[in-house]
Amino acid sequence: MRLFVRYLSILFRSQMQYRTSFWLLSLGQFFIPLSVFAGLYFLFERFGQLQGWTFFEVALCFAVIHMAFSLSECFARGFDSFSTLVASGDFDRLLVRPRSTVLQVLGSKFEFTRIGRLLQSVIVLVWACANLAVDWSLLKLMTLLLMVLSGVFIFTGIFILAATMCFWTIQGLEVASIFTDGGREMAQYPLHIYEGWVRRFFTFIIPFGCVNYLPLLFILDRTEGRDLLYAISPLAGILFIIPCLLIWRFGVRHYRSTGS
Amino acid sequence: MMRSYGSLFRLRFNNGLQYRTAALAGVATQFFWGMILIMVYRAFYAMADGASMPMSLPQIVTYIWLQQAFLTFIMLWHRDNELFQLITTGNIAYELCRPTDLYTFWYAKLLAQRLSSALLRCSPILIFAWFLPSPYELSPPPDLSALILFVVSLLLGLLVLVSISMFIYISVFYTMSPVGSLLMFNVVGEFLAGMVIPVPLMPDWLQRIVVVLPFRWTADFPFRVFSGHIGYHEALSGIMVQLVWLICLILLGKLAMRRALTRVVVQGG
Repeated sequence: MRLFVRYLSILFRSQMQYRTSFWLLSLGQFFIPLSVFAGLYFLFERFGQLQGWTFFEVALCFAVIHMAFSLSECFARGFDSFSTLVASGDFDRLLVRPRSTVLQVLGSKFEFTRIGRLLQSVIVLVWACANLAVDWSLLKLMTLLLMVLSGVFIFTGIFILAATMCFWTIQGLEVASIFTDGGREMAQYPLHIYEGWVRRFFTFIIPFGCVNYLPLLFILDRTEGRDLLYAISPLAGILFIIPCLLIWRFGVRHYRSTGS
Repeated sequence: MMRSYGSLFRLRFNNGLQYRTAALAGVATQFFWGMILIMVYRAFYAMADGASMPMSLPQIVTYIWLQQAFLTFIMLWHRDNELFQLITTGNIAYELCRPTDLYTFWYAKLLAQRLSSALLRCSPILIFAWFLPSPYELSPPPDLSALILFVVSLLLGLLVLVSISMFIYISVFYTMSPVGSLLMFNVVGEFLAGMVIPVPLMPDWLQRIVVVLPFRWTADFPFRVFSGHIGYHEALSGIMVQLVWLICLILLGKLAMRRALTRVVVQGG
């Protein structure tokens, strides 16, 4: 853990050397989800509601997913750009160090400009919460926090899976963006508006449903009994990281250096 | 003279066709995106009175599939760092030595890249989308004239788009760092082109802004011609507007390029 913080501070200082570029990029990152959010707002303005969901309920969902996405893009960027590490053979160096590979790859890169994206989603979150008639309890706040955390773990898990593929393919795979970018796009609406196969896939295989649907029901008081189960459902999303890490370890054992 | 641009175009075009695996991955991603978007719109339309909406659901579905299929025709920036690097590393000096007009040279290059990657991607998506069950299927254009008008307006739209994107490259002569300003320009431009939501679904005040800008002519206009949402006569006059925009943008672009080149400082190294 101490090592992780060290990595963080070193990379933060190095990115801060290019201050203008950092702020411009952060600003750009602020506007990307803003345009998506504007689209969502205009759609609600025209249609009024989305299968029984109001604008602010969906906005809450949007904010949670985008917060999770920006956090995991910031901290798990190392896995996202892992293909360069494999292709250049630099991964060999990580293997000989007496620390876990996961930690070192995580520490190889952070993308702090995602703060812009995070800020945008925090604003949406606050706006949504201020307009929703929810009587907040401690448990609900905890659930909200867990939702974000769970989302971070799911996105990170997908990044790790995509990185693991690089052990075999050497290059990065664009297909992975179906589950990262596509997953984000999908999960910004409540899962229940989608078709059965999408719902099943994103509940049991990649558990986005544990972030953007089940706990949301609890927060909005739409559950019928067994509240606690709904409240802690984001924990299932966190578990998603375990098989990902196992597959990663399997991949590391099969790693053959490119030798360059 | 024309021949050198032609051969550059061919070279780039063939080069782009080599990246088939990447294209396949792109197709899969776009296909998934299309499905997700359609489900979202379906959910929106499920409870709404479809007749009161400016576009019907099948028209939206068609719009989305065309958007996915011709994505490289409508994205303002198409993953081309090569030209940026030319400028920032100073290798632009070699380009300037060539006995060709830099604007036309780059224009041909960018056009070829977009065409080749769209050719690889569009047919699998369109064919797949064609055979999907209702309500996901791509509906064919109402008649042959709509199809012809669509092809014409799509190609003109592509030319307009490339001439808009030329301004991004020219701006790098001044800023030297493409990322920040580029990102903002992209986000706004693509929104105004109807990439996030179709233009007819936008509120009226925004539509009034959209119609006076060139962005919507690249994507929104051809797609709605295809689905018959824009009628025959309106389409013809629209194509005229596209032509006028194209001429203005190219003239302005050439002017801006010449201005930029008179003050260009070649970066050493």
